[in-house]
Amino acid sequence: MPTRPEKVYFFGTCLIDLCYPQAGMAGIALLQREGIQVVYPQAQSCCGQPAYNSGFPDEARKVARQQLKAFPKDYPIIIPSGSCGGMLKHHYPHLFAGEPEAAEAQRFANRVFELTEFLVTVLGIKLEDRGQPIKVTWHSTCSALREMRVIEYSKSLLRQLKNVELIELQRERECCGFGGTFSIKQPDISAAMVADKAADVAQTGAARLLSGDCGCLMNIGGALKHRNIPIPAQHVAEFLLERTQ
Amino acid sequence: MTETVVDFPKNFAEALNNSQLRRNLRAAMDTMGHRRRTLFADLDALEQLRARGDAIRWRALRQLPDLLEQLEKKCTENGIQVHWAETPAEANQICLGIIQRHHASRVIKGKSMVSEEMHLNHFLDEQGIEALETDLGEYIIQLDHETPSHIIVPAIHKNRDQIARLFHEKIPNAPYTEVVEELNAIARKVLREKFFAGEVGVSGVNFAVAETGTLCLVENEGNGRMCTTAPPVHIAVMGLEKVVERLEDVPPLLRLLTGSATGQLITTYFNMITSPRKPGEKDGPKEVHLVLLDNGRSKIWADPELRQTLKCIRCGACMNHCPVYTRLGGHAYGYVYPGPIGSILTPQLEGLDHAGAMATASTFCGACEEVCPVKIPITTILRRLRTESYDKADSPNAVKGHGYKVNRMESLTWKGWALSNATPWLNALNAKVLGLAGPHLSKLPQVGVLKHWGQSRALPPFARKSLHVLAKEKGIADE
Amino acid sequence: MSNARANILARLRAVAPQEPAATPEPDFYPATKLGHAERIAQLKRLMEHMHAEVIVTDPQHWIATLKDVLRARQVNGLLYGPAGPLGAALEANWDSELPPLVGYTEEVEQCKERLFALDAGITSTRGAVADVGALMLWPDANEPRLLSLVPAVHIAVLEATHIHDSLADAIARERWAEGMPTNALLISGPSKTADIELVLTFGVHGPKELIVLVLDDERG
Repeated sequence: MPTRPEKVYFFGTCLIDLCYPQAGMAGIALLQREGIQVVYPQAQSCCGQPAYNSGFPDEARKVARQQLKAFPKDYPIIIPSGSCGGMLKHHYPHLFAGEPEAAEAQRFANRVFELTEFLVTVLGIKLEDRGQPIKVTWHSTCSALREMRVIEYSKSLLRQLKNVELIELQRERECCGFGGTFSIKQPDISAAMVADKAADVAQTGAARLLSGDCGCLMNIGGALKHRNIPIPAQHVAEFLLERTQ
Repeated sequence: MTETVVDFPKNFAEALNNSQLRRNLRAAMDTMGHRRRTLFADLDALEQLRARGDAIRWRALRQLPDLLEQLEKKCTENGIQVHWAETPAEANQICLGIIQRHHASRVIKGKSMVSEEMHLNHFLDEQGIEALETDLGEYIIQLDHETPSHIIVPAIHKNRDQIARLFHEKIPNAPYTEVVEELNAIARKVLREKFFAGEVGVSGVNFAVAETGTLCLVENEGNGRMCTTAPPVHIAVMGLEKVVERLEDVPPLLRLLTGSATGQLITTYFNMITSPRKPGEKDGPKEVHLVLLDNGRSKIWADPELRQTLKCIRCGACMNHCPVYTRLGGHAYGYVYPGPIGSILTPQLEGLDHAGAMATASTFCGACEEVCPVKIPITTILRRLRTESYDKADSPNAVKGHGYKVNRMESLTWKGWALSNATPWLNALNAKVLGLAGPHLSKLPQVGVLKHWGQSRALPPFARKSLHVLAKEKGIADE
Repeated sequence: MSNARANILARLRAVAPQEPAATPEPDFYPATKLGHAERIAQLKRLMEHMHAEVIVTDPQHWIATLKDVLRARQVNGLLYGPAGPLGAALEANWDSELPPLVGYTEEVEQCKERLFALDAGITSTRGAVADVGALMLWPDANEPRLLSLVPAVHIAVLEATHIHDSLADAIARERWAEGMPTNALLISGPSKTADIELVLTFGVHGPKELIVLVLDDERG
């Protein structure tokens, strides 16, 4: 683990950029509150995963190259997503294998941290809960669980909050059916998966669904809303900030 | 062989609407997953074992041609007759030739996925030869003229009521009963007679040991032992990737196989066959034949990435843990091998133009890779298959049927997407347009992407101000 | 016939050998070394879990135990190998009130009907493996393969000193690779299936009962 840096890059992810900017701002605020200077390169966009997973590596590489350019300095790159984090950290080296940027992509990958991982392992953040008692539930997203392996960090932060009761899902580790373009290319299977996930969330009786990936939150949250189940889906960064302000 | 065209969207929709199937599968997959987790409770030991299994399989594959020749040599020395088949049709002909030479008409079969790949039963049936499945699950589905929906538990899609009705209708004098023990007893009685009368036994092979020329079979019921012991002739069919180098490679693989498949420390029987009946011995087949089937495996083997597919030991754990398989069951995939392993193997065997859609039936959640006992990089291979679906270029290792999906519209869409995301001002403009359009999405005609997403979820909540804009407004440094 | 063999090998040989990726091969499970009593206890526990009946007896008393086992069951005869390791002892100690001993002395083609009609069979064992709880059998001319498979009750006699820690251990110590028999078996219990709704039931095609007599000199 690196020692506490002065400055970090923040990689917002395209989905947070477009749909959940408040989650990104919360991540930035949490880092700033710990005394870290946050740099948000305006030239950043998407990690390239949608094209990469759909069978268009050339297009993915073109977009990924833009990210290599946008984050040139040696700062840690903090990303509020397991999925996009997995792309940057684990797939960029593969995507650029044999390309002129191979070494650069590897160095880039080495600098990537998922937000809660960074807060826990590098900053050793201590949270003081200032909110009313609340029951929440947690969805472990696949990439955060299996690629970035950061679920324990995220949940450890929730456990620091004394008025927050975490009610576990029956199938916390099961995919919600988002899968990026999967949800469009296999809409029926995706719908069946998210229906089960929404039902699982509903049976917890929690007041809120938390997770570390906005794609999954958009999927499950959208399914909950579609069914008029009044459980908002929220990114963990936003929740952590809200509880500690 | 009849060339079937698989209608994936229709299959998927039908499976998803079959609530009975969904319930049967969910219960079964939960049980299988739980049993595996219970057996492999020590995760560090499991990781060590998986690393060992991976290494053993990879070492075997690296030396594949040498090991196949060694296997052939040892088997031949032991008295086992070895046959090579490039295609299922050739393998079927080899089996038929052996059966006919013995004037046999009653074949009893142990469970074998390769024989499913060959459609051997159907082929023999056309030749007037009865090929009876004797594994209970296989027997059940054969009675109902179905194919296996799972490679380990072939009748997993059926519940006891369905089986009770089936037995009552199809087996003469079978009473209607939903008691599992009684259903087993009915099958036992029927099959005992068949074991007694079987003239040729057919089995698969779980591992073939090159060092000793030994065929290893893993089973619980005893039907496999029956098929390989009672009739005077035994034909073992195997995919040519099943060879391992040494006898000492077997125990770790055996543990991985039984543990991953059904959460068992070991099966009831582990059956190692090294020769036909020797002079003086009183039973066992007088002839043992080993049929090595290629059917595209040598082509898969040629590519170092795709070769990993061939490490598979057919435990089925990837199915048991797959959220897509759990929703669909095996039949919806339309081919012999379903689930994650089927989704990487089948398009390579059958061609992307036939089975490429299987590679799209994954969220890349990685649950399969997490449990795979030999660490097959399933999602990496799925991604490769998706890429090749759009790649028309004829590289030497290109997957059969590649480029089938080339589609101007989709390619243009991704090109546009790449341009926008690689050009900061375009990206900003895009965010702005979506932000403005966001609140009005529900007023647009709900077609295409919007329809697919919107029929079961609220539409994406595009924000009026993007994170780029908010960061700038808050004065977050841009360097 | 076709040139399948040549074609397949030619395809495989046409691929340049992959550089040997240095894949480390960690040990199989951390080898557990068990003592004599532990081995027996572990084998008994695991096999009983798989619905085998495991009775620890000794070389002086095993036939008496066997007789008890048979008396407790209605069987129409006991199939055995007269020239096998148990044959002489069985013949010397048999009582007329017991189910008759039936020797497996002919080739299966000559005795199949009788074989399939008998309720019980007895075999020796080559040994057992403690880590997974299974017997090792190497059937041979004197104790043929179907002896442990066709009768509904299989009685197996095991010498406690022949229990290995693991299959890997047995393969290595007994140098199996130097010469495998026609058929080698591991048997962990009576035949079973879970093919209907994953409900585990015993006695599907092979024996419905497996009774293991462990001959332990150090008993008591």
